[in-house]
Amino acid sequence: MLSCGGGSGGCSKDMAVELGDEPHVLAVDDNLIDRKLVERLLKNSSCKVTTAENALRALDYLGLGNDTLEGTVSEVNMIITDYCMPGMTGYELLKKIKESSVLKEVPVVIMSSENIPTRISQCLEEGAKMFMLKPLKQSDVKQLTWHLMKCRN
Amino acid sequence: MDLVQLQRQFVDYKTSLYHEGFLDEQFTQLQELQDENNPDFVVEVVSLFFEDSERLLNELARALEQQNIDYKRIDAHVHQLKGSSSSIGAQRVQKVCIAFRNYCEEQNVEGCLKCLQQVRHEYSLVKTKLESLFQLEQQILTAGGSFPM
Repeated sequence: MLSCGGGSGGCSKDMAVELGDEPHVLAVDDNLIDRKLVERLLKNSSCKVTTAENALRALDYLGLGNDTLEGTVSEVNMIITDYCMPGMTGYELLKKIKESSVLKEVPVVIMSSENIPTRISQCLEEGAKMFMLKPLKQSDVKQLTWHLMKCRN
Repeated sequence: MDLVQLQRQFVDYKTSLYHEGFLDEQFTQLQELQDENNPDFVVEVVSLFFEDSERLLNELARALEQQNIDYKRIDAHVHQLKGSSSSIGAQRVQKVCIAFRNYCEEQNVEGCLKCLQQVRHEYSLVKTKLESLFQLEQQILTAGGSFPM
């Protein structure tokens, strides 16, 4: 279930990040404990991390929201999001990202505590790079970020 | 008690927590995320868990007192509690949450109330045990010991 975006789309376009720079990951999760955990896991894998507590905040941060201020759009190299969130789900967030001409190349990883095959295939079909089961382990995240770095170079 | 005795007590206590199902492998994962740069990581995350759980338990009690019970809302809270207990390795709390969600789906108020009582109980147990574990850890550090042992 680990793919690295082959084909004509290729790997994520380098969003003006120099080789050797830490990848910037946006982590989206409505659970406070899980946000703290994913942040530490990513930092331990040498990533710069921004967290968002729901999909709408994530969209604002990415520049796709209704409340995005001019000139405050940040560049991310990967988005990792929980599936089950109130309001907009991780799946809906994934769709919005893939619909955006600016962001569609950014790899999106979906996390869920529930192992539902139809949910997994739905996400992958919509373009998620990977689906990860919670609770996340350090080895999962290390593997993920290794692939991310490999794709960038 | 000298350092060696404290350390033995700590190891025995921690082992018993895993053995009795209070903690699972995920707690070990949390500990592995702690290092010199983040020496208080486990205590920080567990403290967040305590605060968040207490909030959720209060919300659940309130929601179950209503005339017209909103099972969707209750399920959402239990889902949160299940998620965070799973993330820190509080296995027994997580297990009760699974049963709790089933009762929500069935819209079974008796079942839900029973589960609330059980989850409160399991939460209170794991909280006490983790606090004891952290206290032992602190005693070891004070006595000049260090982690990992």
